[in-house]
Amino acid sequence: MQIARVIGTVVSTQKHPKFEGAKLLLVQPIGLDDAPRGTPLLAVDSVGAGVTEKVLVVIEGRAAGEALGRKAAPVDAAVIGIIDSVDVQE
Amino acid sequence: MQLARVIGDIVVTQKDENLIGIKLMVLQPIAADGSNVGRTLVAVDAVGAGVGETVFFVRGKEASFPFHPTEVPTDAGIVGIVDHWDLES
Repeated sequence: MQIARVIGTVVSTQKHPKFEGAKLLLVQPIGLDDAPRGTPLLAVDSVGAGVTEKVLVVIEGRAAGEALGRKAAPVDAAVIGIIDSVDVQE
Repeated sequence: MQLARVIGDIVVTQKDENLIGIKLMVLQPIAADGSNVGRTLVAVDAVGAGVGETVFFVRGKEASFPFHPTEVPTDAGIVGIVDHWDLES
Protein backbone atom coordinates (compact mmCIF):
# COMPACT_ATOMS: atom_id res chain seq x y z
CA MET A 1 0.00 0.00 0.00
CA GLN A 2 1.08 3.57 -0.54
CA ILE A 3 0.77 6.72 1.52
CA ALA A 4 -0.95 9.47 -0.46
CA ARG A 5 -2.50 12.90 -0.10
CA VAL A 6 -6.05 13.51 -1.38
CA ILE A 7 -5.72 16.40 -3.83
CA GLY A 8 -9.14 16.44 -5.46
CA THR A 9 -12.39 14.77 -6.34
CA VAL A 10 -13.64 13.48 -9.67
CA VAL A 11 -17.22 13.68 -10.89
CA SER A 12 -18.39 11.35 -13.65
CA THR A 13 -21.96 10.86 -14.79
CA GLN A 14 -21.55 8.34 -17.55
CA LYS A 15 -19.64 5.45 -16.11
CA HIS A 16 -19.60 1.70 -15.67
CA PRO A 17 -22.55 0.53 -13.49
CA LYS A 18 -20.14 -0.83 -10.85
CA PHE A 19 -19.12 2.75 -10.12
CA GLU A 20 -22.69 3.80 -9.16
CA GLY A 21 -22.57 5.65 -5.87
CA ALA A 22 -18.81 5.33 -5.53
CA LYS A 23 -16.77 8.40 -4.65
CA LEU A 24 -13.77 9.01 -6.86
CA LEU A 25 -10.75 10.81 -5.47
CA LEU A 26 -7.59 12.16 -7.05
CA VAL A 27 -4.67 11.12 -4.86
CA GLN A 28 -1.00 12.04 -5.04
CA PRO A 29 1.32 9.32 -3.68
CA ILE A 30 3.88 10.80 -1.28
CA GLY A 31 7.09 9.61 0.32
CA LEU A 32 7.83 9.41 4.04
CA ASP A 33 9.05 13.03 3.78
CA ASP A 34 5.61 14.05 2.42
CA ALA A 35 7.14 14.91 -0.97
CA PRO A 36 5.08 13.93 -4.05
CA ARG A 37 6.18 10.66 -5.65
CA GLY A 38 5.03 9.76 -9.14
CA THR A 39 1.88 10.92 -10.88
CA PRO A 40 -1.53 11.42 -9.23
CA LEU A 41 -4.08 8.67 -9.74
CA LEU A 42 -7.79 8.02 -9.28
CA ALA A 43 -8.96 5.87 -6.40
CA VAL A 44 -12.40 4.88 -5.16
CA ASP A 45 -13.08 5.92 -1.58
CA SER A 46 -14.40 3.41 0.96
CA VAL A 47 -13.74 5.36 4.16
CA GLY A 48 -15.06 8.90 3.63
CA ALA A 49 -11.75 10.65 3.03
CA GLY A 50 -11.63 14.34 2.16
CA VAL A 51 -9.35 16.66 0.25
CA THR A 52 -5.95 17.37 1.95
CA GLU A 53 -6.17 14.26 4.13
CA LYS A 54 -3.31 11.77 4.26
CA VAL A 55 -4.60 8.34 3.34
CA LEU A 56 -3.62 4.75 2.72
CA VAL A 57 -4.14 3.63 -0.87
CA VAL A 58 -4.20 0.06 -2.09
CA ILE A 59 -3.10 -0.25 -5.71
CA GLU A 60 -4.25 -3.69 -6.79
CA GLY A 61 -7.40 -4.64 -8.65
CA ARG A 62 -9.10 -7.26 -6.56
CA ALA A 63 -8.25 -5.63 -3.26
CA ALA A 64 -9.67 -2.35 -4.52
CA GLY A 65 -12.84 -4.13 -5.66
CA GLU A 66 -13.23 -5.65 -2.21
CA ALA A 67 -12.86 -2.25 -0.60
CA LEU A 68 -15.69 -1.10 -2.82
CA GLY A 69 -17.68 -4.18 -1.80
CA ARG A 70 -18.35 -5.23 -5.37
CA LYS A 71 -17.12 -8.27 -7.21
CA ALA A 72 -15.56 -7.78 -10.65
CA ALA A 73 -15.56 -4.01 -10.39
CA PRO A 74 -13.28 -2.40 -13.00
CA VAL A 75 -11.12 -0.57 -10.46
CA ASP A 76 -7.43 -0.76 -9.65
CA ALA A 77 -7.00 1.56 -6.67
CA ALA A 78 -8.92 2.35 -3.47
CA VAL A 79 -8.53 4.54 -0.41
CA ILE A 80 -8.84 2.13 2.53
CA GLY A 81 -7.84 4.25 5.50
CA ILE A 82 -7.26 7.76 6.79
CA ILE A 83 -3.83 8.03 8.39
CA ASP A 84 -3.58 9.45 11.90
CA SER A 85 0.18 9.17 12.19
CA VAL A 86 3.24 7.59 10.60
CA ASP A 87 6.07 6.73 12.98
CA VAL A 88 9.35 5.98 11.23
CA GLN A 89 12.44 5.16 13.24
CA GLU A 90 15.09 5.75 10.61
CA MET B 1 8.68 -12.32 -2.28
CA GLN B 2 11.29 -9.83 -1.23
CA LEU B 3 13.47 -8.94 1.75
CA ALA B 4 12.71 -5.74 3.63
CA ARG B 5 13.40 -3.93 6.85
CA VAL B 6 10.52 -2.77 9.03
CA ILE B 7 11.23 0.93 9.57
CA GLY B 8 8.00 2.18 11.09
CA ASP B 9 4.34 1.72 11.79
CA ILE B 10 1.16 3.58 10.92
CA VAL B 11 -1.87 4.47 12.97
CA VAL B 12 -5.14 4.50 11.01
CA THR B 13 -8.35 4.90 12.98
CA GLN B 14 -10.89 5.37 10.20
CA LYS B 15 -10.39 2.44 7.85
CA ASP B 16 -11.94 -0.38 5.89
CA GLU B 17 -13.69 -2.67 8.39
CA ASN B 18 -11.72 -5.68 7.17
CA LEU B 19 -8.52 -3.96 8.32
CA ILE B 20 -9.64 -3.71 11.95
CA GLY B 21 -7.17 -5.42 14.27
CA ILE B 22 -4.48 -5.72 11.62
CA LYS B 23 -1.10 -4.06 12.13
CA LEU B 24 0.22 -1.80 9.35
CA MET B 25 3.99 -1.45 8.98
CA VAL B 26 6.25 0.74 6.85
CA LEU B 27 8.75 -1.36 4.89
CA GLN B 28 11.99 -0.48 3.14
CA PRO B 29 12.83 -3.22 0.62
CA ILE B 30 16.48 -4.27 0.76
CA ALA B 31 18.90 -6.01 -1.58
CA ALA B 32 20.74 -9.24 -0.75
CA ASP B 33 23.61 -7.18 0.70
CA GLY B 34 21.23 -5.42 3.08
CA SER B 35 21.29 -2.06 1.30
CA ASN B 36 18.09 -0.12 0.64
CA VAL B 37 16.55 -0.70 -2.76
CA GLY B 38 13.37 0.77 -4.20
CA ARG B 39 10.57 2.73 -2.61
CA THR B 40 9.13 2.37 0.86
CA LEU B 41 5.67 0.88 1.14
CA VAL B 42 3.01 -0.02 3.68
CA ALA B 43 2.19 -3.68 4.35
CA VAL B 44 -0.19 -5.61 6.60
CA ASP B 45 1.53 -7.80 9.18
CA ALA B 46 0.60 -11.49 9.40
CA VAL B 47 3.44 -12.68 11.65
CA GLY B 48 3.90 -10.16 14.47
CA ALA B 49 6.91 -8.30 13.08
CA GLY B 50 8.35 -5.31 14.90
CA VAL B 51 10.19 -2.14 13.93
CA GLY B 52 13.85 -2.85 13.19
CA GLU B 53 13.34 -6.47 12.11
CA THR B 54 14.22 -7.92 8.74
CA VAL B 55 11.25 -9.62 7.12
CA PHE B 56 10.07 -11.02 3.84
CA PHE B 57 6.87 -9.86 2.25
CA VAL B 58 4.61 -10.76 -0.63
CA ARG B 59 3.00 -8.39 -3.10
CA GLY B 60 -0.41 -8.66 -4.70
CA LYS B 61 -3.75 -10.15 -3.76
CA GLU B 62 -1.92 -13.05 -2.10
CA ALA B 63 -0.99 -10.70 0.75
CA SER B 64 -4.53 -11.12 2.10
CA PHE B 65 -4.42 -14.95 2.17
CA PRO B 66 -3.06 -15.22 5.76
CA PHE B 67 -6.31 -13.59 6.93
CA HIS B 68 -8.58 -15.89 4.91
CA PRO B 69 -11.60 -15.97 4.87
CA THR B 70 -11.56 -12.26 5.74
CA GLU B 71 -11.12 -10.33 2.48
CA VAL B 72 -8.48 -7.87 3.63
CA PRO B 73 -7.98 -5.11 1.03
CA THR B 74 -4.20 -5.11 0.73
CA ASP B 75 -1.53 -5.35 -1.95
CA ALA B 76 1.42 -6.15 0.33
CA GLY B 77 1.87 -8.28 3.42
CA ILE B 78 4.64 -9.41 5.75
CA VAL B 79 4.64 -13.21 5.78
CA GLY B 80 7.89 -14.06 7.58
CA ILE B 81 10.53 -12.71 9.94
CA VAL B 82 14.05 -13.43 8.71
CA ASP B 83 16.42 -14.95 11.29
CA HIS B 84 19.41 -14.63 8.94
CA TRP B 85 20.31 -15.15 5.32
CA ASP B 86 23.47 -16.39 3.67
CA LEU B 87 24.87 -15.53 0.28
CA GLU B 88 27.07 -17.94 -1.65
CA SER B 89 29.11 -15.70 -3.89
